[in-house]
Amino acid sequence: MNYTEIELQELKEEVSQMWKLVLSQLEKAKQAFLGGDVEVAQEVVSREKRVDAYELKIDSDCENYIALYSPVAIDLRLVLSLIRISITLERIGDFAEGIACHVVEENGRKANTQLVEELQLEKMLDTLLGMLSDSFVALESENTKISGRIISKDFEIDKLYHSSLNVLTAYLLQNPGDILYGLKLILIIRKLERIGDHCRNIVEEIVFYVDAKVLKHGGKKKPESLIANLNVNNIRA
Amino acid sequence: MIEAKSINFYYGSFHALKNISIYMQANTVTAFIGPSGCGKSTFLRLFNRMNDLIDDAHLTGECFVDGENIYRKSVQVDELRKKVGMVFQKPNPFPKSIFENVAYGLRVNGMGGKSFVARRVEESLRAAALWDEVKDKLKKSAFELSGGQQQRLCIARALAVSPSILLMDEPASALDPISTSKIEELIHELKKKYTIAIVTHNMQQAARVSDKTGFFMLGELVEFSNTKKMFLSPEKEQTQNYITGRFG
Repeated sequence: MNYTEIELQELKEEVSQMWKLVLSQLEKAKQAFLGGDVEVAQEVVSREKRVDAYELKIDSDCENYIALYSPVAIDLRLVLSLIRISITLERIGDFAEGIACHVVEENGRKANTQLVEELQLEKMLDTLLGMLSDSFVALESENTKISGRIISKDFEIDKLYHSSLNVLTAYLLQNPGDILYGLKLILIIRKLERIGDHCRNIVEEIVFYVDAKVLKHGGKKKPESLIANLNVNNIRA
Repeated sequence: MIEAKSINFYYGSFHALKNISIYMQANTVTAFIGPSGCGKSTFLRLFNRMNDLIDDAHLTGECFVDGENIYRKSVQVDELRKKVGMVFQKPNPFPKSIFENVAYGLRVNGMGGKSFVARRVEESLRAAALWDEVKDKLKKSAFELSGGQQQRLCIARALAVSPSILLMDEPASALDPISTSKIEELIHELKKKYTIAIVTHNMQQAARVSDKTGFFMLGELVEFSNTKKMFLSPEKEQTQNYITGRFG
């Protein structure tokens, strides 16, 4: 491995560390939200600064790499992907913090268990955690074969999002006194839906890096058609 | 335009170019990259028959310049070289004045009178982005110019005889970054009027100046594609290994 490859490996390693941190932030946000655990929520809020610091560091290191080594081909695609993935991870970190802040503001009041079950929020959170960890594996192993599965999970998240809005609307019609709580829940559900989109964006970056294919703005195409042409041009050395 | 069809070239028994076919459109810049000894300069020199001077070298296949097979027996090599100018790695001005360097090709070819030559010299120096720097010292020796200016003088000398094609064999490899940048700017300008083929070891230079890039290795044209594609997502693993520095 030559020195430029070593530098690239170090960049990848930084992104991996950030990824693990964001994954942990999302897990803890889930724990705090479902259990009404203020202490865990505060931990998430305080660790958000570390996520931001990672983004700045990766941004700066990628800039330096481009300036010093003028990467091309797969190296250029990797650096561009790492910049964009770190920005996306930072946004997911922001959403995890937002969920944690809600728990702190509610001062530990546990979420309405029955409503949360009907909204399938735990399922949404578990799906998102799966998407985030699967996409991490995809980058680590430079394997885009699982990208279709991850993208299809985003479609699941979208379905859960829409059905949860219907459930919440029905609940609020029956319980107008809970309107403020309902609005806060809508904001959280919206955050979860956006995390799904961001996980999908990350997968698209990995496909761009590994297969030199652009999946962005594929709209509502089915995941099978989005990935139909993948791996044809996989020329990873 | 330039076209090569099934070119094989041999130095004695050494097979230097292996079945190369390529088409270069008019008014484009095509860069050839590859490790030393891969055949890219040999290939470039085919197009003004510079390899004819090498003993024991022979060629099969066809080379076309503006639709004419340049290896037909009836082709006059000096006429061909008026059409296909060449610029080398090291600036090689003649031991003459700046003016006479540019006028040399015109005089040798018996082209025009005194005023025509003066006008053509000025046009060529302007086209080579050198006129403003030398217009007051045209009678001075070409050796008084800097390396970058000498190289642009050689380009002006090549342009003076109105070629349609310009071959450049590592034209900026002996120059500092500022002179290199001027040559690259010049290439951008010149492609409006000329078809340019350039051999370079500088990958960034190939990326900056060319529309298409060919990657040679061991006498084979491994990949030939749009430069943007070549440097973002090459088709072949060999190409990727070379341009990312993992070759070997």
